[in-house]
Amino acid sequence: MESGSTEHGAEVRLSNVTRLWGATAALAGVSLHVRAGTFCVLLGPSGCGKTTCLRIVAGLDHATSGTVEIGGRDVTALPPAARGVSMVFQSYALFPHLSVAENIMFGLKARSVPAGERAKRLDRAVEILGIGHLLARRPGQLSGGQQQRVALGRAIVAEAPVCLMDEPLSNLDAQLRAEMRRELLALQRRLGITMLYVTHDQTEAMGMADQVVLLRDGRIEQDAAPADMYAVPETRFAASFIGTPPMNLLPTTATSAGLVVTGTETPVLRPTASRPLLAGIRPEALRPAETGLPVTVSHAEYLGADTILACSIGSVGSVGSAGDTRLLARVPGRVSMPDGTPIRLAFDPADLHFFDADTGHRFTAA
Amino acid sequence: MRKETLQAWALILPALLLLVAFTHWPAVATLVDSFYTTPKGSRPPRFVGLENFTDLWTDPVFWRAMHNNAIYAIATIPISIVLALAMALAVNTAIPGRALVRMAYFTPTMLPMIAVANIWLFFFTPDYGLFDQILAPFGGGRHNWLGDTATALPAMIAVAVWKEAGFFMLFFLAALQAMPPDLKEAANLEGSSRWNFFRRVTLPLLMPTTLFVLVNAVINAFRLVDHVVVMTRGGPDNATTLLLYYIYEAGFRFWDTALASTLTVVLLILLGLLAWLQFGVLGKRIHYR
Repeated sequence: MESGSTEHGAEVRLSNVTRLWGATAALAGVSLHVRAGTFCVLLGPSGCGKTTCLRIVAGLDHATSGTVEIGGRDVTALPPAARGVSMVFQSYALFPHLSVAENIMFGLKARSVPAGERAKRLDRAVEILGIGHLLARRPGQLSGGQQQRVALGRAIVAEAPVCLMDEPLSNLDAQLRAEMRRELLALQRRLGITMLYVTHDQTEAMGMADQVVLLRDGRIEQDAAPADMYAVPETRFAASFIGTPPMNLLPTTATSAGLVVTGTETPVLRPTASRPLLAGIRPEALRPAETGLPVTVSHAEYLGADTILACSIGSVGSVGSAGDTRLLARVPGRVSMPDGTPIRLAFDPADLHFFDADTGHRFTAA
Repeated sequence: MRKETLQAWALILPALLLLVAFTHWPAVATLVDSFYTTPKGSRPPRFVGLENFTDLWTDPVFWRAMHNNAIYAIATIPISIVLALAMALAVNTAIPGRALVRMAYFTPTMLPMIAVANIWLFFFTPDYGLFDQILAPFGGGRHNWLGDTATALPAMIAVAVWKEAGFFMLFFLAALQAMPPDLKEAANLEGSSRWNFFRRVTLPLLMPTTLFVLVNAVINAFRLVDHVVVMTRGGPDNATTLLLYYIYEAGFRFWDTALASTLTVVLLILLGLLAWLQFGVLGKRIHYR
């Protein structure tokens, strides 16, 4: 807790944590290990249980079953203040009637930290965050970004080994968000604390995390480093959640030659499997070429550095389910193509992913 | 005059007429009356300047009423506010039967003061009343709560507090519910005790509400005299005569309009001073969102 002014992180371990709200499970048996000093992002769509998970680590909510360990200590039954965590709330939860300085030092006063030590910690946080000129102001007189810094200041002076953040950037505009993302990461690296960070924004997860925990319906979908999650998504959900734009998931049909994308005859993706499969290919793995998947461009969106081609499978006028399946291709530079142009998209077979169409799991059998 | 101007005047005329007839004119008339003698039969009122006010200075009943009202205010205001806040905090937590408790606390507010007075008349009845029956087993003899100069005023105070606290609770409860719950959570994480949170966060954030309640409580301390009329009629020996009750007696039982007007002006000045003090001194130190 307070003693020793822990300046490096502590590991966080959740074992089989379940949280029931009546009959519905907000978390269903979540087990998770965050190593000391790492930046872990809990990622998922709204309602996936990521915030509940964070609140259970904080002690603001209690697990129906399972245990929470912080720094090797079982904290499941401990109150929030005794767990050695600090937290930045989505709303920042600043006290509106207190000045910035009082807000930052609120916890230190509550814990009866001596005045000299309080001033020292405040100075340090102020220096790190560059908010010296704001100390006498009230939260109502600050911009969103400044309020965010004050909330961070409160977390910094606590000098807790674990810092929890609940969508801290969601109330900021896009430019400030990118800036704060870099700052947060730098701060975490500088302090060496363990960070548990909740967001629904996969770009935040990709850009900041050492470890991404993707949650869905109260279960962990995949727990991996961001590069691994991008390269080897374990489920079709993980595949469709990571990446901008996300991975294309195409239905397949078995033919005598092998497996092809439904609505096409070539290319053959792989030998026929015993189960119905979905073929996954990232938009950035596709490139227009002489041979490849036949598609019709329905719209080309030029974004500056690259162009997103929205296509439908098959060529216009071809038979079968052509036109039903849509896919996106991300090609570098400016590619102008009138809508309705038939093209072929080539890809490296190594960039193909296969998922079981029924279970959604990655299909790895030869 | 332009057409819009005429229309505007036509629109505010009904409200203006009523206000002038029942508020402004009587107020001005009262002020004027306080400088005249009371008309009696063939004698028309005579201008006497400040004589009515200097007479008041030597009126023992006036000073008694002021004294009583001061005690009444000093007791009812803080007790009802603290009680209201305590009740609001109690029913703001997740306790079983919360809705029932809230309703119970609020019931006195819904009852007319006359009905409240009748209920409390029973409570205070010697021998058969609630209090004497409760006290009897502990050796408490018969008390004439309302007939004893020592207990009559505290009895009036008790009735007023009982009547008011539930009403004030409602405002505190509304303010408490408007407070974001994550402030409490943030404080919990920071290791703040419940008392520390109450003192450093809840109380300061409730100050705008408290000021509003305080202004109402002060006004009520001079305004709420229905139970005096029903229960004691200012007695025994003027022990429960409050300023407004004295005005009522002077005006409508003794028909001494000069005295009643003078007392009214004094009451108005007093309330004005108190309101100025509350907003001027406290208002500056309160954080409004």
